Amino acid sequence: MSGRVLVGVKRVIDYAVKIRVKPDNTGVVTDGVKHSMNPFCEIAVEEAVKLKEKKLVKEVVAVSCGPQQSQETIRTALAMGADRGIHVEVSGKDYETLGPLQVSKIMAALAKKEDAQIIILGKQAIDDDCNQTGQMTAALLDWPQGTFASEVTLDGDKIKVVREIDGGLETIKINTPAVLTADLRLNTPRYATLPNIMKAKKKKIANVKPADLGVNLTSKLEVLRVEDPPQRQAGMKVETVEDLVGKLKESGKV
Amino acid sequence: MAAPLVRFLSKSVRQISRPPWGACQSGLRSRTTSAPAVAPNQAGGAVAFPPLQTYSEEESMMRDAVRKYAQERIAPFVPMMDENSAMDEEVIRSLFEQGLMGVEIDPEYGGTGSSFFSSILVIEELAKVDPSVAVLCDIQNTLINTLFVKLGTPAQKEKYLSRLSTDMIGSFCLSEAESGSDAFALKTRAEKHKDYFVINGSKMWISNAEHAGVFLVMANVDPSAGYRGITCFIMDRDMPGLEICKKENKLGLRASSTCPLNFDNVKVPEANILGEVGHGYKYAIGMLNEGRIGIAAQMVGLAQGCFDHTVPYTRQRVQFGKRIFDFQGMQHQIAHVATQIEAARLLTYNAARLKEAGRPFIKEACMAKYFSSEVATLTTSKCIEWMGGVGFTKDYPIEKYYRDCKIGTIYEGTTNVQLSTMAKFIDKEYDH
Repeated sequence: MSGRVLVGVKRVIDYAVKIRVKPDNTGVVTDGVKHSMNPFCEIAVEEAVKLKEKKLVKEVVAVSCGPQQSQETIRTALAMGADRGIHVEVSGKDYETLGPLQVSKIMAALAKKEDAQIIILGKQAIDDDCNQTGQMTAALLDWPQGTFASEVTLDGDKIKVVREIDGGLETIKINTPAVLTADLRLNTPRYATLPNIMKAKKKKIANVKPADLGVNLTSKLEVLRVEDPPQRQAGMKVETVEDLVGKLKESGKV
Repeated sequence: MAAPLVRFLSKSVRQISRPPWGACQSGLRSRTTSAPAVAPNQAGGAVAFPPLQTYSEEESMMRDAVRKYAQERIAPFVPMMDENSAMDEEVIRSLFEQGLMGVEIDPEYGGTGSSFFSSILVIEELAKVDPSVAVLCDIQNTLINTLFVKLGTPAQKEKYLSRLSTDMIGSFCLSEAESGSDAFALKTRAEKHKDYFVINGSKMWISNAEHAGVFLVMANVDPSAGYRGITCFIMDRDMPGLEICKKENKLGLRASSTCPLNFDNVKVPEANILGEVGHGYKYAIGMLNEGRIGIAAQMVGLAQGCFDHTVPYTRQRVQFGKRIFDFQGMQHQIAHVATQIEAARLLTYNAARLKEAGRPFIKEACMAKYFSSEVATLTTSKCIEWMGGVGFTKDYPIEKYYRDCKIGTIYEGTTNVQLSTMAKFIDKEYDH
């Protein structure tokens, strides 16, 4: 089964950065802060590139929705082995309210336009932890979904997916075209070697506007307030089990 | 966010137990001390005379890729390599795999096909993590590869360049026991016979020798002609008569092997002469002029790496009710050192850009190497002081940087030689 794989990559604040809440509590500080590709998106790209190396798919297309800087994230995907990129330009107010619903509409539209066989996304982004985009995309396209994938095997025109679930591992077989979301143990992403970075310079990144795809970006969600988690309070020691139960009842926990 | 962090910390394949300071290595240092992510990369070129810390998109991507790779795949091995005075095979293999050993080599020979400045950035980033690994990469890129690219015949390039970019390390053999700074007084003899030369003599202080597959040996074919007899010979490791002796037990840069070599009637075919007979001295000087920018980059990276480990500690350590960083005396010292590192970096970048632009750069390269090595010495010494007692222990990486920096003022042209070279240029400048 040869076909096209669409991989979504998101530009997020780097995992190692210490996050700070803006003084006006409207969000977190992003200016001048190091950004990089969402770690789960890296795993998604790696899986797509692996499929291409095994000659199971024909082309890997990296997609990112966001401002100008999202192109750097696409370049990283190209340096890892994606063939070409699509940058869906979203900036300003639209970018601030961009969420899983809007992105999944974009991905669904692109999947149809690019005639994609498989969409691979990271299971969630480390900035919003939504874990929704993959699922919504599948629903919009009416495609089967293999989420929290820790192992993916192509089997004719079906895909066998081993999923990490609360109880352990679940194995499912789904038809293609399908949406997969990558979990942590799916693979270990490769480093972009210097020669591949040089090769990536020659690969194309197409520019697309959401309006061209017929997607409406208005969000029905409004962020009211962003706060730091509460400071950890000191614990207290109790003498007996009765004391413990008493204290728990007192603070309304029981 | 715990899950991705666990993955990244366990990325190294070998089960190396990380020393206590391993955890504070990644990402805690403020992004503004290293090459700034804040400074906009004006790829569109709106600024007419961009600042020295302006990088092309390619250079930025390379630097970020090397930084990540060095943190994740070299850092875990560093203390062990220093302790055992041995470069790990896995580290060497991954350097080649990442394309770091052939930055300027053409892709047709398996290289990366990038620029000199890119290799400078690579060396700087590697040196932040381990100056020994940086010097391995520096010698390969700025000395060995450049010599082959500039002087190699098509046959020689065919034979060596693709090996140099993929799996073979090279060594540059000039110094001898009796000739260091006085390099041209070298005694290694090459006697001509028909279509081959017989080489006898010995070399000293040869870096990378333990793992090198090819040696560029400077030998004299005609001692009566003095330095004009010096010729560059390509020697393969397996040539009979070539003996690689036991490596030195060094103060610093311990993971980088430094060995004496002996040549006992080594037969080298005429086809193995690199460039022209009797021109070896020119090539040596020429290459070392460029190589010293690489050493400057190594020293800047070393200083920055040491600094980046120390400042977070000063922000954390509380004495007399405040962070030691908050004492004015400390702040002044830290700011002074930061200025020196910045100046060293700018000297280095400028020398590199001058060379790339084909403009005269020798005086500037000398200045960069001399200044950077002095700055590295100052920085590491100060960092140990700022860390206090823990700076003096091997549990923290600071003392390693302190030991590693000293060679900077010595190899590839001692500080005194750099100063004299600069003085010659200065003298000429006032010549009218």
